[in-house]
Amino acid sequence: MGDALRGYRIIAGSWIRASLTYRASFVTLTLTSVLITFLDFAIILVMFSHLTAFGGFSLSSIAVIYGMSGFSLGMADLLLGNTELVGRRVRDGSLDSMLVRPVPTLVQLAADHFALRRMGRVVQAVGVLGWGVATAGIGWTPARVAVLAGALVTGSVIFCSIFVMGGAFQVFAGDASEVANAFTYGGNTLGQYPFTIYPADLVKALTFILPMAFINWYPALYVLGRPDPFGFPEWLQWASPVVTAGFVVVAGCSWRAAIRRYRSTGS
Amino acid sequence: MSGSPTLYGAVATRGFRRYATYRSATVAGIFTNTVFGVIIAYTYLALWHARPNLGGYGAAQALTFVWVSQSLIMPVGLFGGGIVEEYAERVRSGAVAVDLHRPVPLLGIRLAEDLGRAAYHLLSRGVAPTVVGALAFTLAWPRTAPTWGLFAASVLLAVVIGFAIRYLLGLLAFWVIDTTGFAALLTISQIFFSGMALPLVVFPSGLRALSDALPFRCLVQVPLDVLLREDTGAAALPLIGVQVLWAAALLGVGGALTRAAVHKVVVQGG
Repeated sequence: MGDALRGYRIIAGSWIRASLTYRASFVTLTLTSVLITFLDFAIILVMFSHLTAFGGFSLSSIAVIYGMSGFSLGMADLLLGNTELVGRRVRDGSLDSMLVRPVPTLVQLAADHFALRRMGRVVQAVGVLGWGVATAGIGWTPARVAVLAGALVTGSVIFCSIFVMGGAFQVFAGDASEVANAFTYGGNTLGQYPFTIYPADLVKALTFILPMAFINWYPALYVLGRPDPFGFPEWLQWASPVVTAGFVVVAGCSWRAAIRRYRSTGS
Repeated sequence: MSGSPTLYGAVATRGFRRYATYRSATVAGIFTNTVFGVIIAYTYLALWHARPNLGGYGAAQALTFVWVSQSLIMPVGLFGGGIVEEYAERVRSGAVAVDLHRPVPLLGIRLAEDLGRAAYHLLSRGVAPTVVGALAFTLAWPRTAPTWGLFAASVLLAVVIGFAIRYLLGLLAFWVIDTTGFAALLTISQIFFSGMALPLVVFPSGLRALSDALPFRCLVQVPLDVLLREDTGAAALPLIGVQVLWAAALLGVGGALTRAAVHKVVVQGG
Protein backbone atom coordinates (compact mmCIF):
# COMPACT_ATOMS: atom_id res chain seq x y z
CA MET A 1 0.00 0.00 0.00
CA GLY A 2 2.85 2.38 0.93
CA ASP A 3 4.63 1.50 -2.31
CA ALA A 4 1.46 2.13 -4.28
CA LEU A 5 1.00 5.58 -2.76
CA ARG A 6 4.66 6.39 -3.37
CA GLY A 7 4.30 5.31 -7.00
CA TYR A 8 1.19 7.46 -7.38
CA ARG A 9 2.96 10.45 -5.86
CA ILE A 10 5.99 10.16 -8.12
CA ILE A 11 4.00 9.73 -11.36
CA ALA A 12 1.37 12.37 -10.51
CA GLY A 13 4.10 14.74 -9.32
CA SER A 14 5.92 14.58 -12.62
CA TRP A 15 2.70 15.34 -14.50
CA ILE A 16 1.97 18.28 -12.22
CA ARG A 17 5.44 19.69 -12.86
CA ALA A 18 4.93 19.16 -16.58
CA SER A 19 1.59 20.98 -16.58
CA LEU A 20 3.00 23.89 -14.56
CA THR A 21 5.69 24.43 -17.18
CA TYR A 22 3.07 26.07 -19.39
CA ARG A 23 1.74 28.27 -16.63
CA ALA A 24 -0.61 30.45 -18.70
CA SER A 25 -2.19 27.40 -20.29
CA PHE A 26 -2.61 25.78 -16.87
CA VAL A 27 -4.28 28.86 -15.37
CA THR A 28 -6.62 29.23 -18.37
CA LEU A 29 -7.66 25.59 -18.24
CA THR A 30 -8.27 25.65 -14.48
CA LEU A 31 -10.30 28.87 -14.69
CA THR A 32 -12.29 27.44 -17.61
CA SER A 33 -12.99 24.37 -15.54
CA VAL A 34 -14.27 26.52 -12.63
CA LEU A 35 -16.41 28.52 -15.08
CA ILE A 36 -17.83 25.38 -16.65
CA THR A 37 -18.86 23.96 -13.30
CA PHE A 38 -20.21 27.36 -12.24
CA LEU A 39 -22.55 27.36 -15.24
CA ASP A 40 -23.67 23.94 -14.01
CA PHE A 41 -24.89 25.53 -10.76
CA ALA A 42 -26.34 28.43 -12.75
CA ILE A 43 -28.94 25.99 -14.07
CA ILE A 44 -30.24 25.60 -10.51
CA LEU A 45 -30.11 29.38 -9.97
CA VAL A 46 -32.21 29.91 -13.12
CA MET A 47 -34.71 27.31 -11.86
CA PHE A 48 -34.91 29.17 -8.57
CA SER A 49 -35.72 32.42 -10.37
CA HIS A 50 -39.16 30.79 -10.74
CA LEU A 51 -39.28 28.92 -7.42
CA THR A 52 -38.80 29.37 -3.69
CA ALA A 53 -38.36 25.65 -3.01
CA PHE A 54 -37.55 22.67 -5.23
CA GLY A 55 -38.74 19.27 -4.08
CA GLY A 56 -39.43 20.89 -0.69
CA PHE A 57 -35.86 22.18 -0.27
CA SER A 58 -34.61 25.76 -0.25
CA LEU A 59 -31.81 27.01 -2.52
CA SER A 60 -29.35 26.95 0.40
CA SER A 61 -30.22 23.34 1.27
CA ILE A 62 -29.86 22.33 -2.36
CA ALA A 63 -26.47 24.07 -2.43
CA VAL A 64 -25.40 21.75 0.41
CA ILE A 65 -26.70 18.65 -1.43
CA TYR A 66 -25.15 19.83 -4.71
CA GLY A 67 -21.82 20.74 -3.14
CA MET A 68 -21.48 17.37 -1.41
CA SER A 69 -22.09 15.50 -4.66
CA GLY A 70 -19.88 17.83 -6.72
CA PHE A 71 -17.00 17.61 -4.26
CA SER A 72 -17.15 13.81 -4.20
CA LEU A 73 -17.20 13.47 -7.98
CA GLY A 74 -14.54 16.17 -8.35
CA MET A 75 -12.13 14.44 -5.95
CA ALA A 76 -12.71 11.04 -7.57
CA ASP A 77 -12.27 12.54 -11.05
CA LEU A 78 -9.03 14.20 -9.96
CA LEU A 79 -7.60 11.06 -8.36
CA LEU A 80 -8.95 8.26 -10.55
CA GLY A 81 -10.69 9.92 -13.51
CA ASN A 82 -8.02 8.68 -15.92
CA THR A 83 -9.27 5.12 -15.52
CA GLU A 84 -11.75 6.23 -18.21
CA LEU A 85 -8.88 5.75 -20.66
CA VAL A 86 -8.52 2.00 -20.04
CA GLY A 87 -10.40 1.16 -23.23
CA ARG A 88 -7.98 3.20 -25.33
CA ARG A 89 -5.00 1.58 -23.56
CA VAL A 90 -6.37 -1.88 -24.30
CA ARG A 91 -6.72 -0.92 -27.97
CA ASP A 92 -3.27 0.60 -28.41
CA GLY A 93 -1.55 -2.01 -26.23
CA SER A 94 -0.07 0.41 -23.69
CA LEU A 95 -1.82 -1.48 -20.89
CA ASP A 96 0.59 -4.35 -21.51
CA SER A 97 3.67 -2.34 -20.56
CA MET A 98 1.93 -1.21 -17.37
CA LEU A 99 1.38 -4.81 -16.32
CA VAL A 100 5.11 -5.57 -16.18
CA ARG A 101 6.19 -2.46 -14.24
CA PRO A 102 6.81 -2.68 -10.48
CA VAL A 103 3.95 -0.31 -9.61
CA PRO A 104 0.31 -1.52 -9.33
CA THR A 105 -1.44 -1.22 -12.70
CA LEU A 106 -4.35 0.75 -11.26
CA VAL A 107 -1.97 3.28 -9.73
CA GLN A 108 -0.21 3.78 -13.07
CA LEU A 109 -3.50 4.15 -14.90
CA ALA A 110 -4.81 6.70 -12.44
CA ALA A 111 -1.65 8.75 -12.08
CA ASP A 112 -0.58 8.77 -15.74
CA HIS A 113 -1.61 12.09 -17.31
CA PHE A 114 -2.63 13.32 -13.83
CA ALA A 115 -4.46 16.62 -14.46
CA LEU A 116 -4.28 19.08 -11.59
CA ARG A 117 -6.64 21.38 -13.53
CA ARG A 118 -9.44 19.01 -12.52
CA MET A 119 -9.26 20.80 -9.16
CA GLY A 120 -11.61 23.28 -10.87
CA ARG A 121 -14.68 21.20 -10.10
CA VAL A 122 -13.56 20.65 -6.51
CA VAL A 123 -13.00 24.39 -6.01
CA GLN A 124 -16.44 25.22 -7.40
CA ALA A 125 -18.11 22.53 -5.25
CA VAL A 126 -16.37 23.80 -2.12
CA GLY A 127 -17.62 27.32 -2.95
CA VAL A 128 -21.22 26.18 -3.43
CA LEU A 129 -21.09 23.93 -0.35
CA GLY A 130 -19.55 26.70 1.76
CA TRP A 131 -22.26 29.13 0.73
CA GLY A 132 -24.91 26.47 1.39
CA VAL A 133 -23.82 25.53 4.91
CA ALA A 134 -23.38 29.21 5.81
CA THR A 135 -26.90 30.19 4.73
CA ALA A 136 -29.01 27.06 5.27
CA GLY A 137 -29.45 27.81 9.00
CA ILE A 138 -27.93 24.52 10.16
CA GLY A 139 -27.90 23.98 13.92
CA TRP A 140 -24.34 22.70 14.18
CA THR A 141 -23.59 19.81 16.52
CA PRO A 142 -20.38 17.75 16.63
CA ALA A 143 -22.31 14.86 15.08
CA ARG A 144 -23.42 16.99 12.12
CA VAL A 145 -19.89 18.23 11.50
CA ALA A 146 -18.67 14.63 11.63
CA VAL A 147 -21.37 13.37 9.23
CA LEU A 148 -20.64 16.18 6.76
CA ALA A 149 -16.87 15.67 6.85
CA GLY A 150 -17.29 11.90 6.74
CA ALA A 151 -19.68 12.12 3.76
CA LEU A 152 -17.15 14.14 1.76
CA VAL A 153 -14.65 11.31 2.25
CA THR A 154 -17.05 8.38 1.75
CA GLY A 155 -18.73 10.08 -1.21
CA SER A 156 -15.34 10.56 -2.88
CA VAL A 157 -14.42 6.93 -2.22
CA ILE A 158 -17.76 5.72 -3.65
CA PHE A 159 -17.21 7.69 -6.86
CA CYS A 160 -13.59 6.38 -6.96
CA SER A 161 -14.99 2.83 -6.73
CA ILE A 162 -17.40 3.58 -9.57
CA PHE A 163 -14.51 4.85 -11.72
CA VAL A 164 -12.58 1.64 -11.01
CA MET A 165 -15.61 -0.52 -11.82
CA GLY A 166 -16.04 1.47 -15.04
CA GLY A 167 -12.38 0.81 -15.87
CA ALA A 168 -12.76 -2.91 -15.16
CA PHE A 169 -15.85 -3.00 -17.36
CA GLN A 170 -13.88 -1.46 -20.22
CA VAL A 171 -11.28 -4.22 -20.12
CA PHE A 172 -14.11 -6.54 -21.20
CA ALA A 173 -16.24 -4.17 -23.22
CA GLY A 174 -13.64 -2.04 -24.99
CA ASP A 175 -15.59 0.62 -26.87
CA ALA A 176 -18.42 0.75 -24.38
CA SER A 177 -16.60 3.26 -22.16
CA GLU A 178 -19.60 5.59 -22.19
CA VAL A 179 -21.59 3.28 -19.92
CA ALA A 180 -19.41 4.43 -17.02
CA ASN A 181 -20.46 8.04 -17.65
CA ALA A 182 -24.05 7.14 -16.79
CA PHE A 183 -22.90 6.22 -13.28
CA THR A 184 -20.17 8.85 -12.69
CA TYR A 185 -21.48 12.04 -14.29
CA GLY A 186 -25.01 10.64 -14.26
CA GLY A 187 -24.66 9.82 -10.56
CA ASN A 188 -23.51 13.37 -9.91
CA THR A 189 -26.41 14.89 -11.87
CA LEU A 190 -28.81 12.63 -9.98
CA GLY A 191 -27.32 13.66 -6.63
CA GLN A 192 -27.45 17.39 -7.35
CA TYR A 193 -31.15 17.50 -6.56
CA PRO A 194 -33.13 16.44 -3.48
CA PHE A 195 -34.35 12.88 -4.02
CA THR A 196 -37.91 14.02 -3.25
CA ILE A 197 -38.29 14.82 -6.95
CA TYR A 198 -37.76 11.15 -7.87
CA PRO A 199 -40.38 8.40 -7.59
CA ALA A 200 -40.24 6.38 -4.34
CA ASP A 201 -39.38 3.17 -6.22
CA LEU A 202 -36.35 4.80 -7.80
CA VAL A 203 -35.16 6.04 -4.39
CA LYS A 204 -35.63 2.51 -2.99
CA ALA A 205 -33.52 1.12 -5.84
CA LEU A 206 -30.86 3.78 -5.20
CA THR A 207 -30.83 2.77 -1.52
CA PHE A 208 -30.97 -1.01 -1.60
CA ILE A 209 -29.90 -2.14 -5.09
CA LEU A 210 -27.50 0.47 -6.48
CA PRO A 211 -26.83 2.38 -3.24
CA MET A 212 -25.84 5.73 -4.73
CA ALA A 213 -28.15 7.57 -2.33
CA PHE A 214 -25.42 7.15 0.29
CA ILE A 215 -23.00 9.40 -1.59
CA ASN A 216 -24.75 12.55 -0.39
CA TRP A 217 -28.53 12.23 -0.01
CA TYR A 218 -28.73 10.41 3.34
CA PRO A 219 -25.82 12.26 4.99
CA ALA A 220 -27.26 15.58 3.71
CA LEU A 221 -30.61 14.80 5.34
CA TYR A 222 -28.79 14.37 8.65
CA VAL A 223 -26.71 17.54 8.26
CA LEU A 224 -29.80 19.56 7.32
CA GLY A 225 -31.77 18.00 10.19
CA ARG A 226 -34.56 16.76 7.92
CA PRO A 227 -36.67 13.67 8.63
CA ASP A 228 -36.58 11.20 5.75
CA PRO A 229 -39.26 12.36 3.26
CA PHE A 230 -39.92 8.75 2.24
CA GLY A 231 -40.21 7.54 5.85
CA PHE A 232 -37.04 5.40 5.65
CA PRO A 233 -35.26 4.69 8.95
CA GLU A 234 -32.91 7.33 10.33
CA TRP A 235 -29.95 4.97 10.67
CA LEU A 236 -29.59 5.05 6.87
CA GLN A 237 -28.24 8.58 7.34
CA TRP A 238 -25.35 7.07 9.29
CA ALA A 239 -24.74 4.10 7.03
CA SER A 240 -22.54 5.70 4.35
CA PRO A 241 -19.22 4.30 5.70
CA VAL A 242 -20.56 0.73 5.63
CA VAL A 243 -21.94 1.14 2.12
CA THR A 244 -18.64 2.69 1.04
CA ALA A 245 -16.75 -0.37 2.32
CA GLY A 246 -19.07 -2.49 0.18
CA PHE A 247 -18.34 -0.35 -2.89
CA VAL A 248 -14.58 -0.68 -2.32
CA VAL A 249 -14.76 -4.47 -2.02
CA VAL A 250 -16.86 -4.84 -5.18
CA ALA A 251 -14.61 -2.42 -7.11
CA GLY A 252 -11.46 -4.21 -5.94
CA CYS A 253 -12.80 -7.63 -6.91
CA SER A 254 -14.01 -6.46 -10.31
CA TRP A 255 -10.66 -4.81 -11.08
CA ARG A 256 -8.75 -7.99 -10.10
CA ALA A 257 -11.10 -10.11 -12.18
CA ALA A 258 -10.64 -7.80 -15.14
CA ILE A 259 -6.84 -7.86 -14.99
CA ARG A 260 -6.80 -11.64 -14.54
CA ARG A 261 -8.97 -12.15 -17.60
CA TYR A 262 -7.24 -9.51 -19.70
CA ARG A 263 -5.87 -10.71 -23.00
CA SER A 264 -3.61 -8.41 -24.91
CA THR A 265 -4.71 -7.35 -28.37
CA GLY A 266 -1.18 -8.22 -29.44
CA SER A 267 -0.50 -4.82 -30.92
CA MET B 1 -11.85 23.15 -57.97
CA SER B 2 -14.98 21.51 -56.72
CA GLY B 3 -16.05 18.02 -55.92
CA SER B 4 -18.82 16.20 -57.73
CA PRO B 5 -22.04 15.18 -55.98
CA THR B 6 -20.99 11.53 -56.24
CA LEU B 7 -17.78 12.30 -54.39
CA TYR B 8 -19.61 14.09 -51.56
CA GLY B 9 -22.11 11.23 -51.43
CA ALA B 10 -19.31 8.71 -51.13
CA VAL B 11 -17.64 10.70 -48.36
CA ALA B 12 -20.93 11.02 -46.46
CA THR B 13 -21.50 7.27 -46.73
CA ARG B 14 -18.02 6.62 -45.33
CA GLY B 15 -18.73 9.06 -42.48
CA PHE B 16 -21.86 7.07 -41.69
CA ARG B 17 -20.05 3.72 -41.83
CA ARG B 18 -17.09 4.89 -39.80
CA TYR B 19 -19.31 5.40 -36.76
CA ALA B 20 -21.66 2.50 -37.51
CA THR B 21 -18.68 0.14 -37.08
CA TYR B 22 -18.57 0.60 -33.31
CA ARG B 23 -21.75 -1.15 -32.25
CA SER B 24 -20.97 -1.58 -28.56
CA ALA B 25 -20.06 2.12 -28.35
CA THR B 26 -23.46 2.92 -29.84
CA VAL B 27 -25.29 0.73 -27.35
CA ALA B 28 -23.29 2.26 -24.48
CA GLY B 29 -24.16 5.74 -25.73
CA ILE B 30 -27.85 4.93 -25.99
CA PHE B 31 -27.78 3.63 -22.42
CA THR B 32 -26.08 6.79 -21.13
CA ASN B 33 -28.41 9.16 -23.03
CA THR B 34 -31.37 7.23 -21.63
CA VAL B 35 -30.13 7.43 -18.01
CA PHE B 36 -29.58 11.18 -18.33
CA GLY B 37 -32.97 11.53 -20.03
CA VAL B 38 -34.69 9.87 -17.07
CA ILE B 39 -32.88 12.03 -14.48
CA ILE B 40 -33.59 15.29 -16.35
CA ALA B 41 -37.18 14.23 -17.00
CA TYR B 42 -37.82 14.00 -13.25
CA THR B 43 -36.22 17.39 -12.57
CA TYR B 44 -38.39 18.99 -15.27
CA LEU B 45 -41.49 17.21 -13.94
CA ALA B 46 -40.78 18.68 -10.50
CA LEU B 47 -40.18 22.14 -11.99
CA TRP B 48 -43.34 22.11 -14.09
CA HIS B 49 -45.31 20.61 -11.23
CA ALA B 50 -44.35 23.61 -9.09
CA ARG B 51 -44.91 26.10 -11.94
CA PRO B 52 -47.44 24.72 -14.46
CA ASN B 53 -47.19 26.46 -17.84
CA LEU B 54 -43.73 27.81 -17.10
CA GLY B 55 -42.39 29.40 -20.30
CA GLY B 56 -45.57 28.43 -22.12
CA TYR B 57 -44.83 24.68 -21.89
CA GLY B 58 -47.04 22.12 -20.21
CA ALA B 59 -45.48 19.09 -18.53
CA ALA B 60 -45.81 17.01 -21.74
CA GLN B 61 -44.02 19.70 -23.78
CA ALA B 62 -41.24 19.94 -21.17
CA LEU B 63 -40.76 16.15 -21.25
CA THR B 64 -40.72 16.14 -25.05
CA PHE B 65 -38.01 18.80 -24.80
CA VAL B 66 -35.96 16.52 -22.54
CA TRP B 67 -36.03 13.49 -24.83
CA VAL B 68 -35.69 15.28 -28.15
CA SER B 69 -32.81 17.40 -26.83
CA GLN B 70 -31.06 14.21 -25.59
CA SER B 71 -31.44 12.76 -29.07
CA LEU B 72 -29.89 15.89 -30.65
CA ILE B 73 -26.72 15.87 -28.49
CA MET B 74 -24.70 13.63 -30.80
CA PRO B 75 -26.06 14.68 -34.22
CA VAL B 76 -25.33 18.39 -33.62
CA GLY B 77 -22.10 17.64 -31.74
CA LEU B 78 -23.13 19.45 -28.58
CA PHE B 79 -20.26 18.05 -26.53
CA GLY B 80 -17.71 18.87 -29.22
CA GLY B 81 -15.15 16.25 -30.10
CA GLY B 82 -14.78 14.61 -33.48
CA ILE B 83 -13.55 17.07 -36.03
CA VAL B 84 -12.18 19.59 -33.52
CA GLU B 85 -9.64 17.39 -31.82
CA GLU B 86 -8.95 15.54 -35.03
CA TYR B 87 -8.22 18.79 -36.80
CA ALA B 88 -6.08 20.31 -34.12
CA GLU B 89 -4.06 17.10 -34.15
CA ARG B 90 -3.71 17.13 -37.95
CA VAL B 91 -2.51 20.74 -37.87
CA ARG B 92 0.04 19.95 -35.15
CA SER B 93 1.37 16.88 -36.92
CA GLY B 94 1.42 18.59 -40.31
CA ALA B 95 -0.93 16.04 -41.87
CA VAL B 96 -3.19 18.95 -42.76
CA ALA B 97 -0.87 19.85 -45.64
CA VAL B 98 -2.11 16.74 -47.44
CA ASP B 99 -5.74 17.73 -46.83
CA LEU B 100 -5.14 21.16 -48.31
CA HIS B 101 -3.51 19.70 -51.42
CA ARG B 102 -6.49 17.55 -52.32
CA PRO B 103 -8.37 18.83 -55.40
CA VAL B 104 -11.62 19.24 -53.44
CA PRO B 105 -12.67 22.00 -51.01
CA LEU B 106 -11.78 21.05 -47.45
CA LEU B 107 -14.96 22.57 -46.02
CA GLY B 108 -17.23 20.63 -48.39
CA ILE B 109 -15.54 17.30 -47.77
CA ARG B 110 -15.63 17.74 -44.01
CA LEU B 111 -19.28 18.81 -44.11
CA ALA B 112 -20.22 15.75 -46.17
CA GLU B 113 -18.38 13.49 -43.75
CA ASP B 114 -20.06 15.11 -40.75
CA LEU B 115 -23.52 14.84 -42.34
CA GLY B 116 -22.94 11.09 -42.72
CA ARG B 117 -21.86 10.83 -39.10
CA ALA B 118 -24.84 12.89 -37.92
CA ALA B 119 -27.25 10.70 -39.90
CA TYR B 120 -25.91 7.63 -38.12
CA HIS B 121 -26.08 9.23 -34.69
CA LEU B 122 -29.60 10.49 -35.33
CA LEU B 123 -30.84 7.05 -36.39
CA SER B 124 -29.15 5.24 -33.49
CA ARG B 125 -28.51 7.45 -30.50
CA GLY B 126 -31.30 9.85 -31.46
CA VAL B 127 -34.18 7.49 -32.06
CA ALA B 128 -33.57 4.79 -29.42
CA PRO B 129 -33.59 6.93 -26.23
CA THR B 130 -36.58 8.88 -27.54
CA VAL B 131 -38.53 5.65 -27.97
CA VAL B 132 -37.71 4.73 -24.35
CA GLY B 133 -38.77 8.21 -23.25
CA ALA B 134 -42.03 7.98 -25.18
CA LEU B 135 -42.81 4.62 -23.58
CA ALA B 136 -41.99 5.75 -20.03
CA PHE B 137 -43.48 9.28 -20.10
CA THR B 138 -46.35 11.10 -21.79
CA LEU B 139 -44.87 13.24 -24.55
CA ALA B 140 -46.45 15.83 -26.85
CA TRP B 141 -45.94 14.98 -30.54
CA PRO B 142 -47.06 17.12 -33.48
CA ARG B 143 -50.30 16.01 -35.06
CA THR B 144 -49.65 17.23 -38.59
CA ALA B 145 -47.22 15.96 -41.23
CA PRO B 146 -46.03 19.46 -42.29
CA THR B 147 -44.72 20.09 -38.75
CA TRP B 148 -42.65 16.90 -39.01
CA GLY B 149 -41.33 18.09 -42.37
CA LEU B 150 -40.32 21.48 -40.97
CA PHE B 151 -38.79 19.80 -37.92
CA ALA B 152 -36.68 17.57 -40.19
CA ALA B 153 -35.47 20.67 -42.07
CA SER B 154 -34.69 22.41 -38.80
CA VAL B 155 -32.70 19.42 -37.49
CA LEU B 156 -30.71 19.30 -40.75
CA LEU B 157 -29.89 23.01 -40.38
CA ALA B 158 -28.95 22.42 -36.72
CA VAL B 159 -26.51 19.70 -37.81
CA VAL B 160 -24.97 22.04 -40.42
CA ILE B 161 -24.63 24.89 -37.88
CA GLY B 162 -23.15 22.52 -35.29
CA PHE B 163 -20.61 21.38 -37.88
CA ALA B 164 -19.76 24.95 -38.92
CA ILE B 165 -19.08 26.02 -35.32
CA ARG B 166 -16.80 23.05 -34.66
CA TYR B 167 -15.08 23.52 -38.03
CA LEU B 168 -14.20 27.10 -37.06
CA LEU B 169 -12.78 25.85 -33.77
CA GLY B 170 -10.77 23.26 -35.68
CA LEU B 171 -9.34 25.97 -37.95
CA LEU B 172 -8.27 27.89 -34.86
CA ALA B 173 -5.47 25.35 -34.51
CA PHE B 174 -3.73 27.12 -37.42
CA TRP B 175 -3.27 30.17 -35.23
CA VAL B 176 -3.32 28.82 -31.65
CA ILE B 177 -1.08 25.97 -30.53
CA ASP B 178 -3.32 24.49 -27.84
CA THR B 179 -7.07 24.66 -28.50
CA THR B 180 -8.12 22.57 -25.45
CA GLY B 181 -9.25 25.60 -23.43
CA PHE B 182 -11.23 27.05 -26.34
CA ALA B 183 -12.83 23.67 -26.98
CA ALA B 184 -13.96 23.43 -23.34
CA LEU B 185 -15.34 26.97 -23.44
CA LEU B 186 -17.20 26.23 -26.67
CA THR B 187 -18.70 23.02 -25.28
CA ILE B 188 -20.08 24.72 -22.20
CA SER B 189 -21.47 27.59 -24.30
CA GLN B 190 -23.15 25.07 -26.56
CA ILE B 191 -24.70 23.22 -23.62
CA PHE B 192 -25.82 26.32 -21.73
CA PHE B 193 -26.97 28.65 -24.52
CA SER B 194 -28.52 26.02 -26.80
CA GLY B 195 -31.31 25.14 -24.37
CA MET B 196 -29.76 21.76 -23.57
CA ALA B 197 -29.10 22.67 -19.91
CA LEU B 198 -32.52 24.23 -19.46
CA PRO B 199 -35.04 25.32 -22.15
CA LEU B 200 -34.35 28.96 -23.06
CA VAL B 201 -38.05 29.76 -22.46
CA VAL B 202 -37.25 29.42 -18.73
CA PHE B 203 -34.30 31.86 -18.81
CA PRO B 204 -34.71 35.31 -17.23
CA SER B 205 -35.05 38.05 -19.87
CA GLY B 206 -31.43 39.30 -19.81
CA LEU B 207 -29.97 35.84 -20.22
CA ARG B 208 -32.60 35.02 -22.83
CA ALA B 209 -31.64 38.10 -24.87
CA LEU B 210 -27.98 37.04 -24.73
CA SER B 211 -28.74 33.51 -25.88
CA ASP B 212 -30.99 34.84 -28.67
CA ALA B 213 -28.02 36.81 -30.00
CA LEU B 214 -25.81 33.70 -30.17
CA PRO B 215 -25.92 30.91 -32.78
CA PHE B 216 -26.13 28.12 -30.18
CA ARG B 217 -29.92 28.26 -29.79
CA CYS B 218 -30.14 27.02 -33.40
CA LEU B 219 -28.80 23.67 -32.19
CA VAL B 220 -31.56 22.66 -29.75
CA GLN B 221 -34.08 25.37 -28.84
CA VAL B 222 -35.03 26.35 -32.40
CA PRO B 223 -35.72 22.80 -33.66
CA LEU B 224 -37.79 22.20 -30.52
CA ASP B 225 -39.69 25.45 -31.03
CA VAL B 226 -40.57 24.20 -34.50
CA LEU B 227 -41.65 20.83 -33.10
CA LEU B 228 -43.60 22.05 -30.07
CA ARG B 229 -45.36 25.08 -31.51
CA GLU B 230 -46.90 23.03 -34.24
CA ASP B 231 -47.38 26.07 -36.42
CA THR B 232 -46.24 25.63 -40.00
CA GLY B 233 -47.35 29.10 -41.06
CA ALA B 234 -45.78 32.47 -40.49
CA ALA B 235 -44.59 31.61 -36.95
CA ALA B 236 -42.22 28.89 -38.14
CA LEU B 237 -40.55 30.94 -40.87
CA PRO B 238 -38.49 33.24 -38.63
CA LEU B 239 -37.21 30.13 -36.82
CA ILE B 240 -36.04 28.40 -39.98
CA GLY B 241 -34.91 31.78 -41.31
CA VAL B 242 -32.58 32.46 -38.40
CA GLN B 243 -31.05 29.01 -38.86
CA VAL B 244 -30.49 29.61 -42.58
CA LEU B 245 -28.80 32.95 -41.81
CA TRP B 246 -26.51 31.49 -39.16
CA ALA B 247 -25.65 28.50 -41.36
CA ALA B 248 -24.77 30.79 -44.28
CA ALA B 249 -22.77 33.19 -42.11
CA LEU B 250 -20.79 30.49 -40.28
CA LEU B 251 -20.05 28.48 -43.43
CA GLY B 252 -19.05 31.73 -45.19
CA VAL B 253 -16.57 32.59 -42.44
CA GLY B 254 -15.38 28.97 -42.46
CA GLY B 255 -14.64 29.17 -46.20
CA ALA B 256 -12.82 32.50 -45.88
CA LEU B 257 -10.72 31.28 -42.96
CA THR B 258 -9.86 28.07 -44.83
CA ARG B 259 -8.37 30.20 -47.63
CA ALA B 260 -6.48 32.27 -45.06
CA ALA B 261 -5.18 29.10 -43.42
CA VAL B 262 -3.90 27.79 -46.77
CA HIS B 263 -1.68 30.86 -47.04
CA LYS B 264 -0.46 30.38 -43.50
CA VAL B 265 0.70 26.80 -43.95
CA VAL B 266 4.40 26.35 -44.52
CA VAL B 267 5.20 22.82 -45.62
CA GLN B 268 8.52 21.91 -44.11
CA GLY B 269 8.96 18.86 -46.26
CA GLY B 270 10.40 15.68 -44.87
